[in-house]
Amino acid sequence: MAKITASVYSSHVPAIGAAIDLGKTEEAYWKPVFDGFAPTRQWEKENPPDVVFLVFNDHATAFSLEMIPTFAIGTAAEFQPADEGWGPRPVPKVYGHPELAAHIAQSVIQDDFDLTIVNKMDVDHGLTVPMNLMFGSPEAWPCPVIPFAVNVVQYPVPSGRRCFNLGKAIRRAIDSFDKPLNVQIWGTGGMSHQLQGPRAGLINAEWDNAFLDRLINDPEGLAGMSHMEYVREAGSEGIELVMWLIARGAMDDVNGGKAPTVRHRFYHVPASNTAVGHLVLDNT
Amino acid sequence: MALDKPYNDIPGTTIFDADQSRLGYHLNQFCMSLMKAENRARFKADERAYLDEWPMTEEQKLAVLARDLNRCIAAGGNIYFLAKIGATDSKSFQQMAGSMTGMTEEEYRDMMIKGGRSIEGNRYLGEDGDAQPHRQPQGKAGQKGGN
Ligand SMILES: [Fe+2]
Repeated sequence: MAKITASVYSSHVPAIGAAIDLGKTEEAYWKPVFDGFAPTRQWEKENPPDVVFLVFNDHATAFSLEMIPTFAIGTAAEFQPADEGWGPRPVPKVYGHPELAAHIAQSVIQDDFDLTIVNKMDVDHGLTVPMNLMFGSPEAWPCPVIPFAVNVVQYPVPSGRRCFNLGKAIRRAIDSFDKPLNVQIWGTGGMSHQLQGPRAGLINAEWDNAFLDRLINDPEGLAGMSHMEYVREAGSEGIELVMWLIARGAMDDVNGGKAPTVRHRFYHVPASNTAVGHLVLDNT
Repeated sequence: MALDKPYNDIPGTTIFDADQSRLGYHLNQFCMSLMKAENRARFKADERAYLDEWPMTEEQKLAVLARDLNRCIAAGGNIYFLAKIGATDSKSFQQMAGSMTGMTEEEYRDMMIKGGRSIEGNRYLGEDGDAQPHRQPQGKAGQKGGN
């Protein structure tokens, strides 16, 4: 049977992608960010997943205002890196896992979560930046990826509770797939940041670190946090953090198993406008 | 019944909800069109003519021509869509975000390197943080007494 072995959490700041693409990762401004992910890149080499289930949000790239799916699962065989206006990022094509994705869609929809099924979708920095942070810049990505896009652009976005329970349903779906796959689930976005208006540039390090603590030790309680707290305390774009609860809901300890091991934790300000947070929780 | 908007008491912040989305539909869809290289070229060649192809309000068009992102947001724009204008102008997200504060690029960048804007005084309208309406514009622009 397939199994969720670990969850990985990370910001997906577009400027990090630009720094990689322009060869700036050794510059004083960027080096601390990339160094902060080095232990995870090593850990991923030693514990390679067969598939990554990657929760991210589309930033007005694949989805315009014509259609705004709250939860969209990518079931295609491949996904192209998107041209977000600066030209497509020079990263490898993303290969999907259509069989597992279709299985998850069927299981989760029958479990009362109404997913949108997407067979054609370009993937933006929300997906490709975490891939670089965890896997570096290889010629080809080391494993297939199931992209899972969450609407966090137009309010209302799904609640933390809804995301957490969806994670549990995804976990049940993966548990019931009858091939021995090692699946990692990644939650991306955040941490505190605001990209608009006179409050742009907001960072709340104390709040972010409390969020990381609670994500590890009190995910059930954290799932009850209101939208307003995210927006007020972590900025209008800090609401992306609800996506981390999808990954957290898929872990052993909230599904009758034991507590995860914290393999790595990292926090850094700033990357452009944003606080970078990162966590690796291991079920094994 | 009108939409419940518990977020209207946060200073310097516009939440992109269904009302804003309806207001800004054509503005944001115009922005989406700039994801195609040939449209970026046509827009740059004659901005006004390109904008006139869209059923946008005059205020939305003027806000785009002025590259005034706060005005664009007030007219229903969303930053992820407006970012396509920035991309067309070869501007980074940091330059775009900073432009909405009144700070110079350097002032905004320095604020971020020092840990970003503080939350203190910026949670609720009526407090005294630097994002409050009575303290705009920020940075050197603000110190000049506003112009
Ligand atoms: Fe994002």
